[in-house]
Amino acid sequence: MSISDFRWHASLVLMLVFASMHSAFAQLGPSLGESVTPEEVGKWDISIAPDGLTLPPGEGSAPHGKEVYRKHCLRCHGEGAEGGDGLADRLVGGIGSLASESPIKTVGSYWPYATTIFDYVRRAMPYDLPMSLTNDDVYAVTAYVLVLNDIIEPTDVLNSITLPNIEMPNRHGFVIHWPESD
Amino acid sequence: MLNHQSWSKVGEHMLGKPVAGGGLLDRRVFLAGGALLASAATLRDATAGSDSIGDDAPASMTRPGKVFQGYGVPAVPEKSIQRTVLQPYGELAPGAGVAMTPLGALEGTITPNGLHFERSHNGRPTIDPDAHRFLIHGLVKRPLKFTLESLLRYPMVTRTCFIECSGNSFFNSNLFPEPMQVPVGMIHGLVSGAEWTGVPLNILLEEAGLDPKGKWILAEGADSAGMSRSIPIEKALDDAIVALYQNGERLRAEQGYPMRLLLPGFEGNMSVKWLRRIKVTTGPTYTKDETSKYSDLMPDGTARLFTFTMGVKSTITRPATGVAMSGPGLYEISGLAWSGHGSIIRVEVSADGGKSWADAALGDPVLPMALTRFRIPWRWDGGPTILQSRATDDGGNTQLRREVWSAQYADGQLYHCNAIQTWGIGRNGEVSNVYI
Repeated sequence: MSISDFRWHASLVLMLVFASMHSAFAQLGPSLGESVTPEEVGKWDISIAPDGLTLPPGEGSAPHGKEVYRKHCLRCHGEGAEGGDGLADRLVGGIGSLASESPIKTVGSYWPYATTIFDYVRRAMPYDLPMSLTNDDVYAVTAYVLVLNDIIEPTDVLNSITLPNIEMPNRHGFVIHWPESD
Repeated sequence: MLNHQSWSKVGEHMLGKPVAGGGLLDRRVFLAGGALLASAATLRDATAGSDSIGDDAPASMTRPGKVFQGYGVPAVPEKSIQRTVLQPYGELAPGAGVAMTPLGALEGTITPNGLHFERSHNGRPTIDPDAHRFLIHGLVKRPLKFTLESLLRYPMVTRTCFIECSGNSFFNSNLFPEPMQVPVGMIHGLVSGAEWTGVPLNILLEEAGLDPKGKWILAEGADSAGMSRSIPIEKALDDAIVALYQNGERLRAEQGYPMRLLLPGFEGNMSVKWLRRIKVTTGPTYTKDETSKYSDLMPDGTARLFTFTMGVKSTITRPATGVAMSGPGLYEISGLAWSGHGSIIRVEVSADGGKSWADAALGDPVLPMALTRFRIPWRWDGGPTILQSRATDDGGNTQLRREVWSAQYADGQLYHCNAIQTWGIGRNGEVSNVYI
């Protein structure tokens, strides 16, 4: 096969590939999705993965976090974040208890990533007024809960750089069960 | 009303030997005996010329009935059939909790929309369907947003399947070392069956142009819990649906109106309601509801993450707790079986505490990842009896005894409880929840 034959052959193959892709798309649906700008996506994209890439600007530490906690969290999670009358989840303690006969699952003892605290508090807390806290408030109250669990120091400042670097005590306590082995 | 005495007579000459202990009969008994019923003759008294027949007729035949209504509702005497609402956080968070399907009051395999179970994490949002947008972004060539109106123009699929909360049957889980005596719908009523219609998610992902680096998606709801779960791309491209209709009508508000994700066979929490966003990602996002919740702590202190498929499971729904017996005689045991792995191929029933088992009849059609009704005739002698059902799916998975299921997990494990359900029948016909 000559070079020109090869080129012709290759371009024909490519044409066929594109043609089949085009027809596949055409068959799948009417293509009514509207394009979205990156700015618009940014406003919607509130999820924070362990890499922290979508963490917002801002920062906070435990002293302000304690104020946020007392104002918004205390009545459900109780003094010291140990659960209010057994109603809302306990956030503190239980570290090292998971293999015992009475495991205690808390943010400190169980949660694998600190980014999850930020993500969840910012989207869903406080229960009666979700999404009302500022980013600084969320960094701060995250720091407060981590200080109560002796995971960071009271002077530590959390932001988009420091938060993803926190190693939670149970970081390696999970076994990924997907794809399923049994 | 079922007439147990006449059933007894019909079956009498057919029965031969029981097929297992405790009075279980061949699953074909009722089918074979049915023809005999047809021969019953009716005698009617002659009426005199001066009488009208109204005096002897039911009142409903002598006056016009009620007029039409735009949307039908259950018959008045059935209005007491309700879901059981549990709000574990009470007034602190009244919208966090469950409404459980009253399985003991229902038959067949399709749950009425108003009785389909609901698990919501912060209430039932009110969403304007015209303002709602569904965004696909992340590792795609073209981030896209869709209106409800535009999705209604896409090709759709219809699929019958169950949705089961991962926390279903928590009353039988390691949270409760002693069996709770509550109706069957409170034990197992976080599963329901429905026919769902919507747009295959793979069509929308292809339109956005999937990047080969995209291995997971994050699905997010527009509720005030911002429910979000990570889902493997394999599932998203396989049989995931953006559901718009449930049992033929548009979604109910509590089921995700105007659109929800539907992931057949996966734990219900992942079928994110009020779907507003899918982000294609390289890995899981490790949200709160897939790490701190909906993960399975094992006795050695490690926890299983991403145990998505709901295991093979069954329960007898009649008789059951809250569904008592009414004296000795011939009955039909009725129940539900399902598996997130595939189709139910066998349900065995025991009426002697597991010493012997007999095959129940499976109601057609048996669909993958859908509720399957099973039935078996049973002559109750009026004595204390232990009833159980044990389902097997086409992947070869079979239910375990509760103590075996329980020992797999740590104290407090409540998710994925698919152990064999045991009912104890007392002499008075009352049914109790039993651990054996």
